[in-house]
Amino acid sequence: MAGAREIRTKIKSVNNTRKVTRALEMVSASKIRKAQDLMKASRPYARMMRQVIGHLAHANPEYKHPFLVERESIKRVGYVIISTDRGLCGGLNTNLFRKLVGEMRAWQDQGVEVDLVCIGQKAAQFFRRLKVNLVGTVTHLGEKPQIAELIGVIKVMLDAYTAGRIDRLQLAYSDFVNTMTQRATVDQLLPLPPSSDLDSPHAWDYLYEPNAETVLEHVLTRYIESLVYQAVLENLASEHAARMVAMKAASDNATKAIDSLTLVYNKARQAAITQEISEIVGGAAAV
Amino acid sequence: MASTIRCDIVSAEEEIFHGDAQMIIATGEMGELGIAPRHAPLITRLKPGQVRVLLENGEEQFFYVSGGILEVQPSVVTVLTDTAIRAKDLDESAARKAKEEAERALANRSDAIEMAQAQAQLAQAMAQLQALEKLRRSLKH
Repeated sequence: MAGAREIRTKIKSVNNTRKVTRALEMVSASKIRKAQDLMKASRPYARMMRQVIGHLAHANPEYKHPFLVERESIKRVGYVIISTDRGLCGGLNTNLFRKLVGEMRAWQDQGVEVDLVCIGQKAAQFFRRLKVNLVGTVTHLGEKPQIAELIGVIKVMLDAYTAGRIDRLQLAYSDFVNTMTQRATVDQLLPLPPSSDLDSPHAWDYLYEPNAETVLEHVLTRYIESLVYQAVLENLASEHAARMVAMKAASDNATKAIDSLTLVYNKARQAAITQEISEIVGGAAAV
Repeated sequence: MASTIRCDIVSAEEEIFHGDAQMIIATGEMGELGIAPRHAPLITRLKPGQVRVLLENGEEQFFYVSGGILEVQPSVVTVLTDTAIRAKDLDESAARKAKEEAERALANRSDAIEMAQAQAQLAQAMAQLQALEKLRRSLKH
């Protein structure tokens, strides 16, 4: 019965694995809700920001902030990449990175260089192996990311843009479509793409304190920050959703493995019993 | 209802206040501001400090903001607050920290942690292979 015992040990170990994956699945399921609540809570701010920018853009069309002006030639592109800190979330990060690597190669083929800022451990680990220029990293944002932790990396890129070191800024993250679907998304941050919100018709101008330029600069910076922050939250929700699905699949596979191992175990046991009986019968016949 | 004005106070992380007010008092960059209904459209940066909202029923609510933007439209006042304490040199140091983090990540490419991770994965794979091998052998006879 040596084989039977080994199978039994194996069954036990798969069972333990299943316990772990089940637990992870449950944890993620509850965390999705929280992440979605955070996402919802951050929306009003971005909406108001868009309105304010819309009013500002409408109120003084003659002043163009550099963040709003498309540059003619692009020599260097910046990417803000948002990934998860931890693994075990299926193909979430891999999908995003694959898309990005493709895009970066396309840029490099055109002779455009790429600067990166990584938010999240996985992106930092992945992209430092590539031949790209990593200019900023922030990791371990936890379950409740705060905008304060993102200011640094965003400022690196905004400064680079203002100084003309980069001519375009992209934001890459996993968009949370629903629990089953997360989409690897690359959005343009700078120059801010004109949207319908940006030219809502309003017939008044503001009083500016201290003046229009400073206020606009301030508003735009905050707006970019809030966009990145929202992407971080989207990514967080995606992470938990992807992990939940991956862990569910793992639990199901473990169940299947246990079933087939149990079958093998029973067969081995029966075979041993049959053999014993036939040995006894054979022995009795010989006597 | 000309005697009240709608007031929204939001931060990037949450909606803080939403309702009608008689007056909103805040510290603007150029000085203290009291916004009553029918105030002229105005936009200004806020200094860290209090935002006081005088509600319809005469009650007063206080909010602490660490800077932000106050926008007055004919029918609505919006306060976009910063959640973090912001100052130019603080922002600079945050940016520097992010850069250093990146440099540190680049400096130790063959990170000890990564190595340990890989080794652990290898050991696990080996153990699995051995288990499978054993299983296969035990099934043969």
